[in-house]
Amino acid sequence: MTRAPERPAAHDHVPHLAHHFRSLQQQYDAAKLGMWLFLVTEILLFGGLFCAYAVYRSSHPEVFVYAHRFLDKTLGGLNTVILICSSLTMAWAVRAAQLRNRRQLALLLAATFICACGFLGIKTVEYHAKWKHGLLWGQRYQPVEHTADQAPADNAPLAPAPTAVPPGAGADRSLLPAPGKAPAGLAAGEALTARSHDPGNVPRNVHLFFGIYFVMTGLHGLHVIAGMVLIGWLFVRTLRGEFGDGYFTPVDLGGLYWHLVDLIWIFLFPLLYLIH
Amino acid sequence: MSDTHAAAAAPGSAGAGHAESTGLQVHIVSPRVLLGVWGALLLGTALTYAATWIDLGAGNLWLAMAIATAKAVCVALFFMHLKWDRPFLGFVFLIAILCVFLFVGIALLDTQAYRPDLIPDYAPGITPPG
Repeated sequence: MTRAPERPAAHDHVPHLAHHFRSLQQQYDAAKLGMWLFLVTEILLFGGLFCAYAVYRSSHPEVFVYAHRFLDKTLGGLNTVILICSSLTMAWAVRAAQLRNRRQLALLLAATFICACGFLGIKTVEYHAKWKHGLLWGQRYQPVEHTADQAPADNAPLAPAPTAVPPGAGADRSLLPAPGKAPAGLAAGEALTARSHDPGNVPRNVHLFFGIYFVMTGLHGLHVIAGMVLIGWLFVRTLRGEFGDGYFTPVDLGGLYWHLVDLIWIFLFPLLYLIH
Repeated sequence: MSDTHAAAAAPGSAGAGHAESTGLQVHIVSPRVLLGVWGALLLGTALTYAATWIDLGAGNLWLAMAIATAKAVCVALFFMHLKWDRPFLGFVFLIAILCVFLFVGIALLDTQAYRPDLIPDYAPGITPPG
């Protein structure tokens, strides 16, 4: 893998060393610092979303308490476990690359890739359920009404129960939107259906939660897809035998990225799925 | 916590040349540490899950965040190698976290300042459905 077409003759015996670096160590340190700076921008990117989450949750906790029940804790927890396992295989892949064990490296990268596929598969199941039940963002939040085959507890007529605006709120009522339809979406998890509909007191503007949910998990999902492309590329390079001679920087940096994706999910899971 | 240091790069196959350009001293994480961190992360996930069964009021959020932070520290220190890397990388990471805290914290301060104006159960800001 020739990274620089022209290099001084003195470097010719060191593969992978670009001519503008004095040593492999310097090159490795520079690459790692660059990767960390990129990760910082990622943290700030997600920081904006966590900020939106914090502001809306602090202002309207009732929306979050109500709406989180539509998320399937079991699937979310399963995805957390899958991501943690993929982080393990990725960290181990870096170790294999450092020890020049190509076979193990290829296997571990493949395992990480499969974990990522599992994560996205489960995510698809979750998104599909939300889509089917109309639990989407903004104006597309149109929850499906209950059907007769629901659990008996759910057959109670749905109180539209838009909590009345207190008279003293000082707002011009005419500017307020009409109360939405009775938000009677189906719970995603069967186990949740019984708890999901406390009679009455369905808060307004539940779509806010789903907007935040879809943007945060969606952006995270895009990062997972990007990570899969990255891991696939590392896998191909491994098969071509490029990481067998002690050169492992791309594996190391790819690992850092993958761990950051895991790190963000570690916070997303309790914040979105496990609201008390 | 074995301290396996190994020259992971090409060990200067050509004798002549720059000694400094061939050695790459890195710490290789031992399987024991990797598996230990993995176990700790799974335990943390189970704890986060179990913590929803007890009612601590507002404490639940803080407990969940504390567990998540502990897990994140494990990932950053061991999987992301910060424990053995140059401290500067950890510093860069912490600065980013600090910036996020400032961002969220000040935004929340602002939100709280407007709290008396909030209409209960009415979340503004985005075109409502219907």
